[in-house]
Amino acid sequence: MGIIKAFKLGFDYLKYDEDGNVQDTQRAVDDVNLDIEAGEFVAILGHNGSGKSTLAKHLNALLLPSEGTLWIDGTATDEEPELWKLRQKAGMVFQNPDNQIIGTVVEEDVGFGPENMGVPTEKIWKRVDESLQKVGMTAYRHHSPNKLSGGQKQRVAIAGIMAMRPKCIVLDEPTAMLDPNGRREVLKAVRELNQQENVTVILITHYMEEVIHADKVYVMDEGKIVMQGTPKEIFSQVDTLKKYRLDVPQVTLLAHELRKSGVDIPEGILTTEELVSALCR
Amino acid sequence: MLRDITLGQYYPANSVLHKLDPRTKLAGTMVFIISVFLFHTLPGYAVATLFLAAMIAVSKVPVKFMFKGLKAIVMILMITVVFNMILTPGEVLWKLGFLKVTREGVQLAVRMAIRLTYLVIGSSIMTLTTTPNQLTDGLEKALRPLNKIHVPVHEISMMMSIALRFIPILLEETDKIMKAQIARGADFENGNLIQKAKNMVPLLVPLFISAFRRANDLAMAMEARCYHGGEDRTQMKPLKYAAWDRAAYGILAAYLAVAIAFRVAGI
Ligand SMILES: Nc1ncnc2c1ncn2[C@@H]1O[C@H](COP(=O)(O)OP(=O)(O)OP(=O)(O)O)[C@@H](O)[C@H]1O
Ligand SMILES: [Mg+2]
Repeated sequence: MGIIKAFKLGFDYLKYDEDGNVQDTQRAVDDVNLDIEAGEFVAILGHNGSGKSTLAKHLNALLLPSEGTLWIDGTATDEEPELWKLRQKAGMVFQNPDNQIIGTVVEEDVGFGPENMGVPTEKIWKRVDESLQKVGMTAYRHHSPNKLSGGQKQRVAIAGIMAMRPKCIVLDEPTAMLDPNGRREVLKAVRELNQQENVTVILITHYMEEVIHADKVYVMDEGKIVMQGTPKEIFSQVDTLKKYRLDVPQVTLLAHELRKSGVDIPEGILTTEELVSALCR
Repeated sequence: MLRDITLGQYYPANSVLHKLDPRTKLAGTMVFIISVFLFHTLPGYAVATLFLAAMIAVSKVPVKFMFKGLKAIVMILMITVVFNMILTPGEVLWKLGFLKVTREGVQLAVRMAIRLTYLVIGSSIMTLTTTPNQLTDGLEKALRPLNKIHVPVHEISMMMSIALRFIPILLEETDKIMKAQIARGADFENGNLIQKAKNMVPLLVPLFISAFRRANDLAMAMEARCYHGGEDRTQMKPLKYAAWDRAAYGILAAYLAVAIAFRVAGI
């Protein structure tokens, strides 16, 4: 069993009327099976409202399944009475950097997680130093988070998660509110964590460019996982992706169109270099 | 316009007062307030003035910052003084129609004015030399015994520190919404009081919605980072008394003893 495993996972949002009776249910995650190995870089794609965030909240035990089971590092989330112990194994970074920074000073915010876990004071300092270094924010440790750029705030948020020493980190559209520069910074930090620290990464995103380095890609639609495979496998099915209202990286689209009009190149080209070498063959 | 408001009035400097533990400063402020009410004669006020002046000198904060806080209470101060002067019965000094200014009234008014002024300056010294964060930490630790009678001390201090973090963000947001609504023709400047209050609705509704959304997000982010209340929580920067603090407590005890002695001796 991998670090995160889902079996027939289903989740309904309940709507209540004024008397508190269930009035309506909305299925947001439906029959999802996942098996994510430790150390993998997994990307989840999907159109707005396809249930990505709902699924992500299950991976961190913020939501508990209505149906099926989800295991985090071998423990089923609905069997653990103290959920915060699971949350330290799978950290979560959210979209809006402002709403997830709790401390009024960068280093204090990074220390928030370890404080909650009951880590002794000296060890908190050690973890904070290490985490800030990993995301390259040591120079800003005494700053107020309000004065940082979006990308820097997101890196602080990632450091805050890293200080909890999770095995797995779930990022729900961490770059959606950032400019291209901030996006690059954050993505670089995430990839380094994956490669150097061997942290399992689950990245939810709308940007196809962020997906090409993933080991595995899942595509969601209406709560279900409708496609899965390596980025190459996924992006070679341009027409299926379009059906799920998803774009493909520009280079891939160009290669696809070239191929359709008769140029002899393979499907699933992901980078400019690949396209160049395919064309110059 | 709203951006000018800064919360807390911490003045960074490198003084002994800045280095003191926030609990010591809280205790010091309490002792000073008590002393101002114990003293009630000229020599007594002279001692208090001396003590205050010494603290201001030690704090390395420019004197004008100390008096800034007084601006806020000028109205209250005036009202107190006037009412005390005309409403205290006693030996009449002047008479203007039915208004009588009495000797006792003037004495009481002066005493109240001194007390209020010293109270504000005394607490300014604390807020100017302590960051809001240290202050909440200090309060949490100082009030911890109240936990026994089920006062949620940790939760209250957590709320205070989150408020401190979000007030600047919400102020900025208010500014943004205001500009957006002005661009749509909203008017926040003109009209009488009732109209002005009505005009605030398009500002307050979006502000509240966004504040609730933020609160929801923040609660989730805190849970995701293992927050589960104050139980078994450790601290990254625990408060610890140093030699400075012991010396400060000594000075405070001596000062309080003088104040009590003055009161008992009736000086
Ligand atoms: N708190 C909630 N209460 C009720 N329904 C909700 C709630 N949150 C989400 N939903 C519904 O559940 C479905 C899945 O939402 P979810 O937020 O998981 O989608 P998403 O893939 O993350 O979308 P996006 O790309 O916009 O972030 C949507 O139809 C949404 O309307
Ligand atoms: Mg989402």
